[in-house]
Amino acid sequence: MIRLHRFHGGIHPPTHKAESTRTPIMSAPLPAQLTIPFRQHAGEAAKPVVQVGERVLKGQLIGEPVGAISSSIHAPTSGTITAIDLQQIAHPSALPDLCATLVPDGLDEWGVRQTLSYRQLSSDELQKHLRRSGIVGLGGAVFPSDMKLRHPIVVDTLVINGAECEPYITCDDMLMRERAEAIVRGIEILRHALGTDAVLIGIEDNKPQAISAMQRAVDDSSHPFKVIAVPTVYPGGSAKHLIKVLTGVEVPSGKLPTDVGVQCYNVATAYAVHRAVEHGETLVSRVVTVTGNVEQPRNYEALIGTPFSDLVALSIPKADTNRYIMGGPMMGVELPAVNVPLVKASNCVIAASDALFPPPPAAMPCIRCTRCAQVCPVELQPQDLYWFAQSHNFGKAQEYDLFDCIECGACAYVCPSSIPLVQYYRYAKSEIRARDHEKRAADLARERHEFRQFRIEREKQEKAERLAQKERAAAAAKAAAEAAAAIPTPLEPNADAEDTQQMRIDAALARAKEQAATAHPRNTEALTPEQRAEIEAIEVRRAHIHSLAADAGADDEPPKNSQGN
Amino acid sequence: MLSSPFITRPLSVDRIMLRVLYALVPGIALYVWYFGPAILVSIALAVTAALATEALMLKLRDRPLRPFLSDYSALLTGCLIALSIPPLAPWWLPVIGSAFAIAVAKHLYGGLGSNPFNPAMIGYAVLIISFPHEMTHWLSPQGVGQSVLSLGQQLHYIFTSALPAGMQLDALTMSTPLDTLKTQLHLGMTVSDIRDLPIYGRLAGKGSEMVAAGFALGGLYLLVARIIPWQLPLAFLGTLFALSGVFNLIDPTHYAPPLFHWFSGAAMIGAFFILTDPITSPTTARGRIIFGIGAGLLTFLIRTYGGFPDGVAFATILMNMCVPLIDTWTQPRIFGKKKEDKR
Amino acid sequence: MITALWIMVALAALLGMILGYASIRFRVEGNPLAEKIDAVLPQTQCGQCGYPGCKPYADAIAKGEADINLCPPGGEEGIHKLAELLGVEFKPFGENAQPKPKAVAFIDEQTCIGCTLCIQACPVDAIAGAAKQMHTIIASECTGCELCVPPCPVDCISMLPIEEQLTNWKWRYPVYALRQTS
Repeated sequence: MIRLHRFHGGIHPPTHKAESTRTPIMSAPLPAQLTIPFRQHAGEAAKPVVQVGERVLKGQLIGEPVGAISSSIHAPTSGTITAIDLQQIAHPSALPDLCATLVPDGLDEWGVRQTLSYRQLSSDELQKHLRRSGIVGLGGAVFPSDMKLRHPIVVDTLVINGAECEPYITCDDMLMRERAEAIVRGIEILRHALGTDAVLIGIEDNKPQAISAMQRAVDDSSHPFKVIAVPTVYPGGSAKHLIKVLTGVEVPSGKLPTDVGVQCYNVATAYAVHRAVEHGETLVSRVVTVTGNVEQPRNYEALIGTPFSDLVALSIPKADTNRYIMGGPMMGVELPAVNVPLVKASNCVIAASDALFPPPPAAMPCIRCTRCAQVCPVELQPQDLYWFAQSHNFGKAQEYDLFDCIECGACAYVCPSSIPLVQYYRYAKSEIRARDHEKRAADLARERHEFRQFRIEREKQEKAERLAQKERAAAAAKAAAEAAAAIPTPLEPNADAEDTQQMRIDAALARAKEQAATAHPRNTEALTPEQRAEIEAIEVRRAHIHSLAADAGADDEPPKNSQGN
Repeated sequence: MLSSPFITRPLSVDRIMLRVLYALVPGIALYVWYFGPAILVSIALAVTAALATEALMLKLRDRPLRPFLSDYSALLTGCLIALSIPPLAPWWLPVIGSAFAIAVAKHLYGGLGSNPFNPAMIGYAVLIISFPHEMTHWLSPQGVGQSVLSLGQQLHYIFTSALPAGMQLDALTMSTPLDTLKTQLHLGMTVSDIRDLPIYGRLAGKGSEMVAAGFALGGLYLLVARIIPWQLPLAFLGTLFALSGVFNLIDPTHYAPPLFHWFSGAAMIGAFFILTDPITSPTTARGRIIFGIGAGLLTFLIRTYGGFPDGVAFATILMNMCVPLIDTWTQPRIFGKKKEDKR
Repeated sequence: MITALWIMVALAALLGMILGYASIRFRVEGNPLAEKIDAVLPQTQCGQCGYPGCKPYADAIAKGEADINLCPPGGEEGIHKLAELLGVEFKPFGENAQPKPKAVAFIDEQTCIGCTLCIQACPVDAIAGAAKQMHTIIASECTGCELCVPPCPVDCISMLPIEEQLTNWKWRYPVYALRQTS
């Protein structure tokens, strides 16, 4: 048995997980219409590669990755693309984003499914396959999974995250209970690609059925993976904190787990990897928990792009439901509308009512009681960060490590003054980011402006020089003419300089001529008579154009090298 | 739109304050038992003045009355002021103390959460500097003084400053055990001689030692209920104990023993109810230990060498001043950062 | 009496020497004031302040010739920053210098005749094009100064306000105030 470690703080909110684990995962029926956002992953949004009106097959690529950190988007079922436009999505801003609208034809016809044998695969090939298959972290961060295989240093431990610490969410729990074998196969693929030996599967000890199912699957597979029950504490499912609990290693601030030789994947991601590699299925569906204020809380396997309203309707919301939350109650976002589509990041949707989640009372002043600091898993001083954020003192907030905050909400959960702490931190973070951006833009503008000033100055100087030179040349020519007219006199130094320059120009012209004469086009030997005839015709045309251009040029512009006149 | 989290644990400021008030009950009960019910009158006066001033200041500052009046913080300040001044005092003493504490020490600094100094201690400091005479007339514990006033007579005195005919105030009151110790030491008596005086009990002053024990009991409840951090009382009482212990060992005739220091004056109420005011104490664990040690040191120094008999109030105010500095110095290491990475 | 006076004088002299020494020994080689001011200005180079660019305005402020409330693109926050930097009072914008929402210039490419006048006007070279060729704005480098708008002979340049998008969306300051309205 391995020794577990602890992290500072954490809270124990009521889990409410039993409600949605009573019935098995149900396959959600095909919706009448799917809305598939092109930005479902961390990084750049995918670029649409289908046309409106095009028929697509299930699993067919409809959005291709752009840039290094990006992923693919696929058609979740067969049907017709009826629109590619801005649609409302599940985002706290309620701003629309680019989405494809797909009307299913009801056949659910798969396109080409490319299965692979992972043992023969190099890590590079697997990365390409995962990127093509649109596999992203399904724990909520939706970071492209292929990027996580690009390890510059050796990874010696693979941590599989089955902690699922947020209240209400049970999609990973149910997935582990029902599809443990597939998850283990997915883990084996990832382990193979990373070339690690140690695999630790961390599951919170409030999911005994999932633990035993996973243990059985691991035993059956005879892989040396370790299934470890970790203490239930929120936010124990944060990747960095689970790594700390399982390995005792703290991922340094601002670094990635790979920097300490650990990589971490969610169980649902491992499952998706298995489906993508061994069944050739791109990521077009996921398991999502529908719970809260509904008659039949349960998990659904639903297509990406399914409107949440369809899923909620299946579970029958109670009458007093007045809003919906995507994700858990600790870190989720309130949906701007219930008909926004399910995305890869959606692990849960909670029907909320004022009875279930009472609106917080009016915030009172902070009394510095430090209950927030006692529960902060990152050991920050939330009361200080709050003070700086609310007084717009962003520099100080950054100095107090604002950007290490994982926005888990434990501080706001315990705050006796009901201060919306997390929102203050989010506000401060996005202001700081915007200011950084503005600062960079201002620096760029300054640089470009200064360069422009410099350029204008340089051009002015050059012009002045040219003018001066011209004047000198004119004077010299005049002098030379006078000298020639009169008795031969010693040349002026000025004319001397002029002479050498003229000589240099002549020499350069001669050199150019010589080069032109010696240079032969490479492919002009051994030509057929027809080709020669054609070339001659072209030469004639070219000469004609040249003469035309020369005439026009004489009208418009003075000749360029007009030194002598 | 609301930001996550959407659930909260229902422990609000008013519940915290209420528990602190509950924790004062044993001390107050023992106070009444040993010194009579005058303290209740004093508390009522101080609390009324505190609430009235709070309401007035909220009104002037255009703040909502209801959430701030019902958070019990003004009530607690009033209680603490009443408990730190003599119970048989003219009515205006607790009223002025409370009003000053709430109006100046709390609201002029920005109200709840923004005051750098403990309002109750500022109120006390103002009273002891402005009215030193009235602040020394402490009631004798029952059975020590030569005569006892009935509740009616006490009320009469509090509101009219008139005693029943033929009674002298000095006959009813005495100076505190700490004060007596200081005066008598000056007069050349030894500690053991002084402690044989009738006003002294087993550990410290007769009666007052039991009241201190009552406050300690309430404080232990607050510790167990995790309302207050353990670092502050431990560091404060530990420092006081250690210092007085060392001095007592070196020269027992001139320095009172540690337990005497613990159970006299405001040591216990200070350790558990005053220093632990979260608004005016440090927020880091190490900072609290430094704060407690500093307060313990200053209290001992003021008691032993200073011009006032007790030093808890001034020690608290002086340490309050250092809180921002202590907080800045003692910022803890955060997850994923080594100590040396820190500023 | 005299002794005390002497002591005070000696003390003052000594402390003065210490201070003088410290000011030489620990002098911070800071940027001159104008550069610090320039760093605060938004670098739109728009000339709305009446100076031909941000640097000249910064110089003017440093010399005390210009007010701090002449830079609308910097917004009120910019004035606050300048006020803090210079240790003066905040001054609100005048009537004719109110900040506008951020925008970028846009050239209607159907109408553009390729006259290069806007290219010459652009203070940050953010317009690409050549004589008799269609011009276009490099949006990422446009500061929204509007200097290219008046020279255009065919009025084909318009200022498009930068709209809020998912990529530049910001969390709002929490609105639950301490004050209860009801």
